[in-house]
Amino acid sequence: MSDFLQAIASGAQAGLGYQAIFFVLLAVGLNVHFGYSGLLNFGQIAFALLGAFGLAISVVRWGLPFWVGILIGIAASVVLAILLGIPTLRLRADYLAIVTIAAAEILRLVFRSVGATSVTGGTRGLSGFNADFVALAPWPGGRQYEFWGMRWSGAQLWLALIGWIVVLLCSLLIWSLMRSPWGRVVKAIREDEDAARALGKNVYAYKMQALVLGGVMGTLGGSVYALGLGSVNPDQYQNANTFLAYTALILGGAARVWGPVVGGIILLFLVQFADTGLKALITNGIIPEDLLSQTDVAQIRFVLIGVGLMLLLVFRPQGIFGDRREVMLDAR
Amino acid sequence: MTHAPHRAHGHGERISGRGSSAPSPVRARPARVRAARRPLALVLMLAAFALAMLTLLPGVANAAGESVVGTLSTSKSGPIEGVEVTVEGADGTAVGSVETGDDGRFEVDVPAAGDYTVSIDAGDLPDDVKLGTRGDTVPVTVGAGRHQPVIFGLSDGTTGSGGGGAGRVVQLLVDGLRFGLLIAISAVGLSLIFGTTGLTNFAHGELVTIGAVIAWYINVRGGIPLIPATIIAMVVGAGVGALNELALWRPLRRRGTGLVAALVVSIGLSLALRYLIQIVFGGRSQAFADFQSQRAVNYGAFTLTNRALASIIISIVVLVLVALMLQRTKIGKAMRAVSDNRDLAASSGIDVNRVILIVWMLGGALATLGGVLLGLSDQVQWDMGFRLLLLMFAGVTLGGLGTAYGALLGSLVVGVFVQVSTLVIPSDIKYVGGLLLLIIILVIRPQGILGSRARIG
Repeated sequence: MSDFLQAIASGAQAGLGYQAIFFVLLAVGLNVHFGYSGLLNFGQIAFALLGAFGLAISVVRWGLPFWVGILIGIAASVVLAILLGIPTLRLRADYLAIVTIAAAEILRLVFRSVGATSVTGGTRGLSGFNADFVALAPWPGGRQYEFWGMRWSGAQLWLALIGWIVVLLCSLLIWSLMRSPWGRVVKAIREDEDAARALGKNVYAYKMQALVLGGVMGTLGGSVYALGLGSVNPDQYQNANTFLAYTALILGGAARVWGPVVGGIILLFLVQFADTGLKALITNGIIPEDLLSQTDVAQIRFVLIGVGLMLLLVFRPQGIFGDRREVMLDAR
Repeated sequence: MTHAPHRAHGHGERISGRGSSAPSPVRARPARVRAARRPLALVLMLAAFALAMLTLLPGVANAAGESVVGTLSTSKSGPIEGVEVTVEGADGTAVGSVETGDDGRFEVDVPAAGDYTVSIDAGDLPDDVKLGTRGDTVPVTVGAGRHQPVIFGLSDGTTGSGGGGAGRVVQLLVDGLRFGLLIAISAVGLSLIFGTTGLTNFAHGELVTIGAVIAWYINVRGGIPLIPATIIAMVVGAGVGALNELALWRPLRRRGTGLVAALVVSIGLSLALRYLIQIVFGGRSQAFADFQSQRAVNYGAFTLTNRALASIIISIVVLVLVALMLQRTKIGKAMRAVSDNRDLAASSGIDVNRVILIVWMLGGALATLGGVLLGLSDQVQWDMGFRLLLLMFAGVTLGGLGTAYGALLGSLVVGVFVQVSTLVIPSDIKYVGGLLLLIIILVIRPQGILGSRARIG
């Protein structure tokens, strides 16, 4: 029973901590792309990578303040979004999908390459850039706080506070944008691109704006993640994370302001709960060690996420809050 | 392309001869045949799947205890035999020494995790092989339960600056040809599946990995030579492909799942399979048991190991066979007909579902072969297929999505481009070249080399 409570507590901590904020911001960005505009961006993690490395490189290599680093990351991802959008936004949806996933892989490979080590730190990455951010906390960053079975350091609490404020601001921005004329045009493009074009709307420009907006939110996620970990490494930004964010988005409900937020929290809770729970079950001998070892648990989570993503799309594509008619899954 | 209209014509005559009541028996016949065939197909699938599971299961156990392992070999000399390797503890106590075997490998058990130094006797090396920058003594840290690999970085004069100019270009062209053919073999299925069903299958890379992993288990754990092991694995791979279609994609098509939803489902499948493979197979890369210790044979302008040469020949033969099948046989023509216009093909009397099933089986078998060839040159790894997938997409898109010959041509271009690009860019980012090529092609000619404008919508 104590193991069970322990699993719930560690799940709750993951669902509220910076990892959850990371995935929620990725998913909020994807919501703008996929949910509202019908753009299949499979390279969201590339934007997060730029957010993380923009921050890390600025602080570690160039000695700039961290908030300048965050702005540099955002600027870099605006450029990336435009570069990705120019060739693909005129083409069918799956072209954008292939190009964005390729771009994410290109960036990761380049950032971890030997030639880039003097800037990005290569496969070792960079660290030691979040001290200024932690120092801003109104309470001591090194102290441990324990409540409801969770154990937070002061720095983590501070980051979680700021991170959730960012999530809130992003969500409010999306909420107001989607009630504005801009949001109605974007949704019209999702439903019927030709009709929107016939009404004289510049479909290409609207799609590009949506791509940039969602990308910047992913970038903020990357910055939060880098601040939380205190180090960056290109291999943390694997393509699998994009699909984790997709799962969060679809679980919560695409094209709903709070869908990705709730979906991200629930998903991270479930993943961490399963993780701790499975480990406890193995330690107690309920699951035999030959069937599943402790080291396999980290992989099991991706298996569960993959299966969960498939089941969701097949049986409940609208997720928890979504509207089945609105979820852009049948258009091409 | 004459086949489908002919058959439709034949049906038409028969119907008109029998009068207006005839269509029902005509329609009933294929239904009955299909009903009879499906249980058989299902049994075959289950058998194939069971076989796959059987070969996958006994892989989890690992020998306990720590050791240092390594291989002494250079590309020109091949594996180096009979070199004495000595391992000492951090305090200078001797742990053990062995001579490398005929495959150049050595393995020395160490008593516990910790720091050791490994040294080789430079006097045992052949004349043309020199010690690399790391010298003859390398310090290692062995983790608990690890078989710690040791790299001496021997040099034979070919690495580093290279043979120079033209010779290196030819060598890279030949390597690129081998790699491009390998991508083509794996990608033909991807392109045909896209053509016949419209599905952008992100789980195709896992077909490659599963094929290679099954062949590895049959070859290394089962002790069966690689060539029969590959053939068995291809049969199983065809079964895995068919299982994909029967268990997942056909029901989804019947439910009317949209193409974008199907695409995301394929990503979920890819994710689940990839990490499942990592759990079963482990995170390390493993080599096949056969054909590992080969010397490069000099052909004048370039050198090739026999296994690389065999890989090129096998790829060409298989691809020619696939092309002949698409061009000449009934089922090949049916595949192209379904690709071209599914509704027209269906109304011409082609059993579209059967054609798609065969495309999946063909794709699975070819992906398996591609996986084995890739494993032969780069070792078998849990994410080998996923890393190849993006290059397959590059090749398929370059050639034109959905066209089988386009996939072939595009893959060749990508393979050659990736290898030759190492002339300019470091080889650890050589895949980047292929992916950049994909993006550039989409800017200039989005329909690909052989694709038609209508497909890009």
